[in-house]
Amino acid sequence: MAVIQDAALTPDHAGPVRRRVNLVSFLHRQEVWLSILALAAFLASWEWGPPLLGIAPYNIPQMSAVWSEGLHMWAHGDLLRHTMITCMEVIIGFALGCAMGAIIGYALGMSRLLEAVASPYILALQIAPKVAFAPLFVMWFGYNITPRILTAVLIVFFPVLINVLTAVRSVDPAMIDLARLFRASRAQIFWKIEFPWSMPALFSGLRIGATLAVIGVTVAELVGGNVGLGAVLAESEGQANTAAVFVTIILLTLIGILAYVLVILAERMVLRYAPQRSADDIGV
Amino acid sequence: MLRLQFKGVSRHFPPKRGRSESEGVLAVDDVNVEVGDGEVVSLIGPSGCGKSTLLNLASGLDRPSKGEVFVDGAPVSGPNEHVAFMLQKDLLLPWRTVRRNIEFGQEIRKLEPDKRRQRAEMFLKRFHLDGFADHYPHELSGGMRQRAALARTMMMNPDVLLLDEPFSALDAQTKMVLQQDLAGTLADERKTAFLITHDLVEALALSDRVLVMSRRPGRIIKEIQVDIPDRDNPMERRQHERIGPMIAQLMGLLDIGSSEELV
Repeated sequence: MAVIQDAALTPDHAGPVRRRVNLVSFLHRQEVWLSILALAAFLASWEWGPPLLGIAPYNIPQMSAVWSEGLHMWAHGDLLRHTMITCMEVIIGFALGCAMGAIIGYALGMSRLLEAVASPYILALQIAPKVAFAPLFVMWFGYNITPRILTAVLIVFFPVLINVLTAVRSVDPAMIDLARLFRASRAQIFWKIEFPWSMPALFSGLRIGATLAVIGVTVAELVGGNVGLGAVLAESEGQANTAAVFVTIILLTLIGILAYVLVILAERMVLRYAPQRSADDIGV
Repeated sequence: MLRLQFKGVSRHFPPKRGRSESEGVLAVDDVNVEVGDGEVVSLIGPSGCGKSTLLNLASGLDRPSKGEVFVDGAPVSGPNEHVAFMLQKDLLLPWRTVRRNIEFGQEIRKLEPDKRRQRAEMFLKRFHLDGFADHYPHELSGGMRQRAALARTMMMNPDVLLLDEPFSALDAQTKMVLQQDLAGTLADERKTAFLITHDLVEALALSDRVLVMSRRPGRIIKEIQVDIPDRDNPMERRQHERIGPMIAQLMGLLDIGSSEELV
């Protein structure tokens, strides 16, 4: 909810804080160099640490081993196809889950009655561990992409719904009165006040959803099927191929980061009116 | 001609469900006020005496329990085109630029975009906002935001302006400048205004008449004619020699300085 308040109750002196990052000044910043140094230290300890500490390659493979395993999988194991399938499942699951969460969130936000009737079920479903439904969906729909998308939809749905609902409920009543004084219709109040008011909250829901979608898809892929990175992960585990497990974990993480960054970029375009915050959070 | 009239108006807020009848609140009791065309009338009174309730009734956001409110001779049954309301909070929509905030009311009333833009341009100029038309509210100072809110209100071309402590959140200097702008506009356009304020000097500097309200249940206990020139120039009027004694009179009426609770 903090996001909403930031956008709405910005103090007068906040002013525009949009910064043009100049490459030269960027490279002069101390923390940039320290970050690069930290990355180098991390990669070096990954490469030379395990042999020095006597850790077996089937526990922690060296960085170079993971890299060459990745290249091998790319060349011989259809890695690109698996990655694309997982991406597609994430995108569809995310889009459907967000759309459903937002629509139902707005509907509940506008009707006290509907919310009163539906809230016990929503609460119960919100508490239930959503990934536990993945095996059920596989039993229902078989070893295809449907259970993966459904698991993602289910896990993305709630944070979006809750954020939207809370935002619609938190609209400043004086703003609604303002619109009523101009004799706004119910539809006008929604499109001109409630909907734009809820945008920052909607986007923070989307941000949470972007990373959760990857989790939902991965769990459902682990449960069954032979395409997608989760399936590759399960298969590699069965073969005790630790390097391949690392490769899939890294790729799944990259998909999550990509999804998150895309949401942030969209947020920056839509919420231009608010002082920039989100972009600084991840240093983009 | 009467622009605004309260005729025996009372507003009783019933108690919350499950509470005893005695916990209901009589906010205003038998209020009779008449505001003529082009007149500016201020209303002062202790906190919680029902001043804002009166404005809500006049705007049509609320209905009286007894009596009736008339605007331009017609009973008020809901929000209507004759009145416009301005509050202490500027209520600018943070996702709209200043220009689009000013256009907001006319956009809802579905005025043609061309006319709307033209009109907004005029009010941007009049309230010295033309350089900030495409800024967002968070980029503006408190005074400019309130100016934008005033422009949005004037954009509606209301017969009666209802102002609920419009400048009370501003610093003293900004307040004086905005009072000057408001007084000038009210005089130029011969607008009728009903102003609620905590600020005794503001009431005297801007109005033709000042009404004093009692503690809850609010009743009008005194009416003072401000027969001092320069109603269109509050900076000048503030310095008039008769302002001092009138403030003393108002302080007496409001019990300021003698009782436990101040205004």
